[in-house]
Amino acid sequence: MGFLKSFFGGSSSGSGQTAKNRLRIVLVHDRTDISPQLLEDLRREMIGVLTKYMDIDTSKIELDLDRDEQAVALVANVPVLRIKRGSGTWVEDN
Amino acid sequence: MGARVIVTTSGKGGVGKTTSTANIAAALAKFGQKVVAIDADVGLRNLDVVMGLENRVVFNFIDVIEGNCRLNQALVKDKRVPNLYLLPAAQTRTKDAVNPEQMVALCEQLKPDFDFILLDCPAGIEGGFKNAAAGADEALVVTTPEIPAVRDADRIIGMLESMGKSPIRLIINRLRPNMVQDGDMLAQEDILDVLSIPLIGIVPEDESVIKSANNGEPMTMSLDSPAAQAYLNIAERIMGRDVPLMDLQAYATHGFLRRIKKFFKRR
Repeated sequence: MGFLKSFFGGSSSGSGQTAKNRLRIVLVHDRTDISPQLLEDLRREMIGVLTKYMDIDTSKIELDLDRDEQAVALVANVPVLRIKRGSGTWVEDN
Repeated sequence: MGARVIVTTSGKGGVGKTTSTANIAAALAKFGQKVVAIDADVGLRNLDVVMGLENRVVFNFIDVIEGNCRLNQALVKDKRVPNLYLLPAAQTRTKDAVNPEQMVALCEQLKPDFDFILLDCPAGIEGGFKNAAAGADEALVVTTPEIPAVRDADRIIGMLESMGKSPIRLIINRLRPNMVQDGDMLAQEDILDVLSIPLIGIVPEDESVIKSANNGEPMTMSLDSPAAQAYLNIAERIMGRDVPLMDLQAYATHGFLRRIKKFFKRR
């Protein structure tokens, strides 16, 4: 069967396809290369926004770019101590 | 009016920047344009040998910048084609011998006398690249159908874009139609898909490239070969003419017959 395939072509899984997939992944990562400085600036500004609405444990914030095979995600893990009351338009009454 | 200034660059070395610069320059001159090719690879000059003008180099553009000679003393006129000139790089200096402002000033000085100024950029993304790119308005990015070359091209395109170069157009060099047909090489669509800049031409792998460099005569001057035709087409597209892409499959051995040959070769 294999020799028939090589005879009549239909090479769907040549090394070109492998190269294409590897290239795509490499570029996804290259293009999202982020400097530590930029990540630090982002962290500081995020803390600024979040603390308007909640008390957070700033020492335990984790912020990183998570790269898998196909995509890149910004993952933030922010421990919340408590939500500030009356910080939004929604007022809690009891 | 003044010349259009175009930098040929790639990031990665060995993909054909100098070959492309020499052949496009010669082709543009053949089409009646007045062209100067500047070797911006200070310390590792090679455009002179690829163009076959190495024996006639006296001064270089560093000499011009430092005031050791006048500009027209450093220009080497190609006697085989009218209106083609080379401005060589210094071989015994380093990239630090010039700065971007001086390159811009040099190009400004040349602009009134030419239709095209082509800058052959060194590999890398450091000083040498920044010098060469500084003087240019447009860019040609050369890549080959391989992951390292395309990756570096992506990086260089990002830098050229942030420098405001426009248009930035792609040359895919050393493509092997046979291998693409067999699915064993990145195809043009794959490369264009990830780099997303306009294509200005595809140059097939061709032994004539080595032969012409051996002889010091750009292919586009005389030799009739697929690569020469590809470079002539690129030159025409740079001049704004609408030239369709070559049918590279015509240069591939016909698929079915080739597979039979390959099949028997393996036994």
